Amino acid sequence: MHLKTLTLSAAVLLTASAAQADISGDVIKIGVMNDQSGLYADLAGEGSVEAARMAVEDFGGTLNGMPIEILSADHQNKPDVGSNIVREWIDRDGVDVVVDVPTSSVALAVAEVTGDEDVAFLVNGAATTRLTNEDCKPTTVHYAYDTYALAIGTGRAMVQEGGDSWFFITADYAFGHSLEEDTSNVVKTEGGEVLGTIRHPLSSSDFSSYLLQAQSSGAKVIGLANAGSDTTNSIKQANEFGIVQGGQQLAALLMFLTDVDSLGLDTSAGLVLTTGFYWDLDDDTRAFAERFAERRGGQYPTMVHAGVYSSVMQWLKAVEEIGDDSGAASVAQMKAAGPIDDFFAKGGEIREDGRMVHDMYLVEVKSADESEGKWDYYNVLRTIPGDQAYQPLSESRCALVSN
Amino acid sequence: MTLELGKKLALAALAVFILITPFIGLYPILMMKVLCFALFAVAFNLVLGYVGLLSFGHAAFFGMAAYFTAHIVKVWGFPTEIGILLGAGGAGILGFLFATLATRRSGIYFAMITLALAQMVYFYCLQAPFTHGEDGIQGVPRGRFLGIVDLSQDLNMYYFVVGVFALGFFIIYRTVHSPFGEVLKAIRENETRVVSLGYNVTRFKIAAFTISAAVTGLAGATKSIVFQSATLTDVHWFMSGEVVLMTLLGGMGTIAGPAVGAAIVVALQNYLSGFGAWITIITGTIFVICVLTFRRGIVGEINRLLRLREG
Amino acid sequence: MFELLGIPPQALFGQLLLGLINGSFYALLSLGLAVIFGMLNVINFAHGAIYMMGAFVAWFLLQFLGIGYWPALILAPLVVGAFGIVLEYTMLRHLYKLDHLYGLLLTFGLALVIEGVFRNAYGVSGQPYPIPAAMQGGWNLGFMFLPFYRGWVVLISLIVCFGTWLVIEKTRIGAYLRAAVENQHLVRAFGINVPLMMTLTYGFAVALAGFAGVLAAPIYQVNPLMGQQVIIVVFAIVVIGGLGSILGSIVTGLGIGVIEGLTKTFYPEASSTVVFLIMAIVLLLRPHGLFGRPRT
Repeated sequence: MHLKTLTLSAAVLLTASAAQADISGDVIKIGVMNDQSGLYADLAGEGSVEAARMAVEDFGGTLNGMPIEILSADHQNKPDVGSNIVREWIDRDGVDVVVDVPTSSVALAVAEVTGDEDVAFLVNGAATTRLTNEDCKPTTVHYAYDTYALAIGTGRAMVQEGGDSWFFITADYAFGHSLEEDTSNVVKTEGGEVLGTIRHPLSSSDFSSYLLQAQSSGAKVIGLANAGSDTTNSIKQANEFGIVQGGQQLAALLMFLTDVDSLGLDTSAGLVLTTGFYWDLDDDTRAFAERFAERRGGQYPTMVHAGVYSSVMQWLKAVEEIGDDSGAASVAQMKAAGPIDDFFAKGGEIREDGRMVHDMYLVEVKSADESEGKWDYYNVLRTIPGDQAYQPLSESRCALVSN
Repeated sequence: MTLELGKKLALAALAVFILITPFIGLYPILMMKVLCFALFAVAFNLVLGYVGLLSFGHAAFFGMAAYFTAHIVKVWGFPTEIGILLGAGGAGILGFLFATLATRRSGIYFAMITLALAQMVYFYCLQAPFTHGEDGIQGVPRGRFLGIVDLSQDLNMYYFVVGVFALGFFIIYRTVHSPFGEVLKAIRENETRVVSLGYNVTRFKIAAFTISAAVTGLAGATKSIVFQSATLTDVHWFMSGEVVLMTLLGGMGTIAGPAVGAAIVVALQNYLSGFGAWITIITGTIFVICVLTFRRGIVGEINRLLRLREG
Repeated sequence: MFELLGIPPQALFGQLLLGLINGSFYALLSLGLAVIFGMLNVINFAHGAIYMMGAFVAWFLLQFLGIGYWPALILAPLVVGAFGIVLEYTMLRHLYKLDHLYGLLLTFGLALVIEGVFRNAYGVSGQPYPIPAAMQGGWNLGFMFLPFYRGWVVLISLIVCFGTWLVIEKTRIGAYLRAAVENQHLVRAFGINVPLMMTLTYGFAVALAGFAGVLAAPIYQVNPLMGQQVIIVVFAIVVIGGLGSILGSIVTGLGIGVIEGLTKTFYPEASSTVVFLIMAIVLLLRPHGLFGRPRT
């Protein structure tokens, strides 16, 4: 895999000027940052950059006569690398909006920088609910999904089907903690119990001892509060150790289309998961997916890719509307613009806390027989309406919400 | 022009250069990173170049000071300069502890003990609630120097860092050019003889190590204010390896050499940051070349050439 | 049955068994390191990167040549061993007369280069490598389900480790090696080609690491960071066992694997650090390691 960044060594700009109520510089610059070489590279990565490009093209390529440029970078899942890149992007390159950023610890660090510098931050990859609670900012929009929605979706569904005792295998950082906490709360509210939890380092390769602990706990459901190759490795090794054959269920709390593809349907059939987007929902989603696949050598989009397209488009529209690309102003306009109606979010709305609320979908992975081909992986079990899927505003710990 | 005058002019030119970098278009944050790592390398070299001990755990002091200062300034609300001094002090104490344990052995075993202790510090940083594990401490305020100068302006922060670097460098310089420093150099050359002269060699080693750790901590603490964060990268053993590289590249036998090595490595990393793992490959290649053919390092080679020319 | 500190015995035995499996890898890797240090006086930081190369070679063989696991077990170590011989001949042998520090730094640099090349090509998430068909499935031992493949790993590692120990301690060629360590010049005076022996020894020790890599491929995913994750633990093990002691590294490797397994049961977060705690304690009490002898 090769990494590209537009060269930083081109025109060196001195420190950016203070925010002014107009469009800064004479180019609109969009910075797409994510993991391009590690465990989260497939679910976002280059695909997100391509999705942003598609949005810019569909928008027309220029805004009020100014060209729109896209920069991209690899944050390697490290908060210091991510925040330094964003800082340089803002100081030296005049980047006007930062997009994507999976890996919640990096997203939190970036949110601090973009908050200080009044630059918009459209989070699609990261999941932690802290972005719209303790760490909310007027410049942050949490767009595609979050851990609360995943917990409500998958967690509640599995408890209601009888999985009332849980054991968590959790990635030991902001995202894992957040997902574990939200799901535990749902499990307990539904009358279940949490028998134990084990934390593993991000990007582990051997889950055998954690799975063994999960097995000996006797829990009916083993909740995988991790993502990317951590999840796929957990599932593969669970099979190796006969966990599922032994009667316990696996709950892949965060799983993407690309993970199912890498696992294969034989291993992943029957898994229940929650997603914010599936390419095969209706004609609009299929149209987007086909265009995306053409540009990505046949790879179909995940909810992160779709979210990046949608959020970039909404931001561009907002900036065009008010003629101001600074962070708080453009985000405020996005919040005020009313319901979003595109293939990603029908009737989606961005709330005061920065949360984009839209319908989520509970899906089940098809078996190899049911599937008619590559990427035909999900049966949609039910739609979870936005206002039920996300944390109610009344419970929000965000300083921007008057509670 | 004599060598001495030449050297003094070169130093003056360098000082002027450092003072005007923000005005000639160099990115201040990058320059501050260079200064912090330069100080780190110079402090590290006190132990490697002047006492002859390889420590493979110096990241523990760098990173721990970063965490202490980040926490003290962000959570307890102390003023910036107090936070930095406390962070450096904490690193010094940690260095003292490391040294009392490690100096019981020598050579490769000394290095392995420092590595083991540094790994335990890493583990502590991974688990301790105040460090927030993988997330690190973010959003550390820059604060105001002496309550007056607003450090959130990059320009002000830059000159503050220049001042810290000058202070740290001065401490190391005075340590080396002193009777204490002479004993250290003697220990590197022939430890048994120094013992036979009646010196308590272990005490000297511990003292040197503590000073090195404290100044390393000064660098780490300052770095955490510049970047407004402290993360696990700062205490990882890879960081310990990087500072060895900087010192080797710049020249172990000189005070300023490691600073030059640090400047080169940081600049390289910044230039190559978009090119994936090329940084790792090039870093490794530099290591290999330095060890095979270039053991005196850049400044060491320059010194040698100048001395040859002198005749 | 009884419970030990709140942990049911099933969990305990299961973790111990898993620990034994990990310990087999540690033993194989630290064996190679110990041989290199004992015979060549070089601290081979590149050992982890070579282990990773072994796994990648196995993956290449499967991916591009369709060569499966069993031939790879022989081919990959040969390829990797040859690579090691080239490294030794071109670079390492110039450092034997210098301080240990330089060997450490050179091999550290080599490790970075090797890892960087693979990272550029393959990113850091793993390439999947399937468990060989003959080894799929496992035994239900009651307290845990042991996959056949993992049992095989323990078995073959023990065989290879003790085989190597036998060769070095009990055969004539091993005697030459040990003599060359004590007094190189005298052995050369007997007409034995010591430099060649050292080159081949390095190649063999490196091949051991490559072999461990192939064993690891189906379990740990083939990824460029494999070596980095394991190298400092293996170092610590060699130091605990006694730098240069073959038996020491085998026994300590297995032992640390088991201790890590135990730690994972009671205090999982500490499992990756317990080896360093042990190393610090051992070094302070027994400076030359558990099985080591003072070296002149």
